[in-house]
Amino acid sequence: MENNTQNFWRQQVGPVQIILGVFLLAYPFFTSDFFTFQIGAYSLLLGTVALSLMMLAGYGGMVSLAQLTVAGFAGYMIAIFGTNSAGVHGLDWPIWILVPLVIFISALFSALIGAIAVRTEGIYTIMITLAIAVAFFYFTRQNYELFNGFNGFAGVSPPSVFGVSWRDPVPFYYLTLSIAATFYFAVLYGSRSTFGLTLQAVRDNPRRMNALGYSVAAIRVFAYFLSGIIAGTAGVMLVWFNGRISPGSIGVDVAIDILVIAVVGGLKRPIGPFIGAIAFVLLENFAIDLIDRERFNTVIGGVFLLIVFLSPDGMLGIWERLRARFTRLGKTPPPVKTPEPEKAE
Amino acid sequence: MRGLLEKRPLASLMGLIGIALVVGLIFAVWPDWLVDAIGRKKVFVNTLFNGITLAGLYFLVASGFTLVFGLMRNVNMAHGSMYLLGGYIGYEVAELTGNWFFGLGASFVALMFVGVAMQMLVFRRMQGDDLRQTLVTIGISIVAADLMLAMWTGNTYQFSPPEWLYGATQLPIITAIRSSGDAVFLKYPTFRIFMLVAAIFVGLALWLFLNRSKIGMMIRAGVDDRDMLAASGVNVQLIFALVFAIGAGLAGFAGVVGGTALSISPGEDIRYLLASLVVVIVGGMGSITGAAIGALLIGLAEQFGLAYFPTYGVVITFIIMIAVLAVRPQGLMGKS
Repeated sequence: MENNTQNFWRQQVGPVQIILGVFLLAYPFFTSDFFTFQIGAYSLLLGTVALSLMMLAGYGGMVSLAQLTVAGFAGYMIAIFGTNSAGVHGLDWPIWILVPLVIFISALFSALIGAIAVRTEGIYTIMITLAIAVAFFYFTRQNYELFNGFNGFAGVSPPSVFGVSWRDPVPFYYLTLSIAATFYFAVLYGSRSTFGLTLQAVRDNPRRMNALGYSVAAIRVFAYFLSGIIAGTAGVMLVWFNGRISPGSIGVDVAIDILVIAVVGGLKRPIGPFIGAIAFVLLENFAIDLIDRERFNTVIGGVFLLIVFLSPDGMLGIWERLRARFTRLGKTPPPVKTPEPEKAE
Repeated sequence: MRGLLEKRPLASLMGLIGIALVVGLIFAVWPDWLVDAIGRKKVFVNTLFNGITLAGLYFLVASGFTLVFGLMRNVNMAHGSMYLLGGYIGYEVAELTGNWFFGLGASFVALMFVGVAMQMLVFRRMQGDDLRQTLVTIGISIVAADLMLAMWTGNTYQFSPPEWLYGATQLPIITAIRSSGDAVFLKYPTFRIFMLVAAIFVGLALWLFLNRSKIGMMIRAGVDDRDMLAASGVNVQLIFALVFAIGAGLAGFAGVVGGTALSISPGEDIRYLLASLVVVIVGGMGSITGAAIGALLIGLAEQFGLAYFPTYGVVITFIIMIAVLAVRPQGLMGKS
């Protein structure tokens, strides 16, 4: 086992990864606050939410549109149990109870969504999770007792811990980076763990796994729980990033943005969502120079359509195809293709 | 009907009592204790009628959605966009010609073409890849929503239906007795009654088409076994295009009807996509009868929720969905 673990890390860490890691760590030193906070930290956060979707979709075969709903739920919980300036709730719980508790109940919330969604399969999952996402959106908008309706909560900010104000761009960036990196490696490592392999087996052939004595539903619900931890943590960070949360932050358009990010980046590997998030955030901020800002959705929708048409594996898939072509030009044998997973009935 | 009575005597009896109770509640003059218990009769009857007529609209939207799904296993996430586009096109044509019915017809025909184009240009290329098809429809809905926003801006559009559809009709239902002894009769918007009639008409037409025509027979065969239908020499692509045309056309039709009853504005696409999703999840994918039952349940739940539990209205809809999923994951009328 020890040996396996060492091998795993040796496989994962090459020169490219080290350069990338150094770049990410040094990033705030050579960019402005805007690039650190609005581009860097925001990409990492969206990437983390999309990572929770990639984990479910890539390893579990369950495309859930409710990941942002889980993140939004976590944000609302932070506003309700923590501090906000809306004058509704704001129970001011201390941070070391608040954050773990919120992440835990968000994960439970995600498991609940999973328990509803796993009764069906494939495209039905998309429909049901979308229905859940939209229903939650309308619920928060209608309900004033718990969620303060249309206005939501404002003035939600991270506390100063260890004398550092975590809302400042540079500390916030490093906090985000450490969270994103932790979950990235956790997902990468988890995909080789017993549970990860079981989940992938369930994705490929639920019927056979059922016959082997595994509880398919329980495995799937637990995957939702784990993805809820990721999405919930990202949700806590997102509400601190925005300083506010309202039904608009968990609307369908935003939920679909998360799907767009994950699909555009690539659903096969954990790095995909982060690539997608960077592309998305850059487009969102700089498409204004190319076209009318109002038409951003047309651009992003167009990019999404193009990717779905050209490469089902997203930008990662395009990259891999290009690399395969170059290696063939270099007269080395083409990489061995892993066989496609057997389609379940 | 008789079969049901014999097979499930208790359930049918309960059902009949329930129906009799509701009919009684509608026509009887409410005594004071009942008004004290659940509020004024006018609110109740209005809510009931709003729910039923809204169900008519939901059925119009969801029937196309479920028809397309049943045959092609294609979850068309752009169905809401088609509804909205139908509404806008209908509005433009109605304004141009001055005739509301031209708008209705034009939006039906225009959306039929949109549907055929989508089937021919997009879905045919990725036959059998459900997930990719769904993702493509999501992409289309993003772009469509944005382009429609660019074209028709964020304004709310209100149709002007013909005179005889406008205004209210007096129904032979007494809501209260004045102290002078005069009965107060219920007035209800004519257009909402028209909406319900249109939905029933479309439902019957669809039923006749699917069950009594040769093409309908082919479609039903395709729902059960697509490959077998193709093997028996039917041009499946033609059938697919036709079904998609009808489904999209119905969405456009519903856009004008729903837009007249309520209004047309950006964001409605999501609302009706959600309505269609929940209706077919509850009713069962691919079943027209299921869509009717689902629409009735969801329409009533939504209106009663709004009237009696304003801040928790959505939850009722949601609980129905979860309850159905828990008991029958394939939906009330769905085939497993």
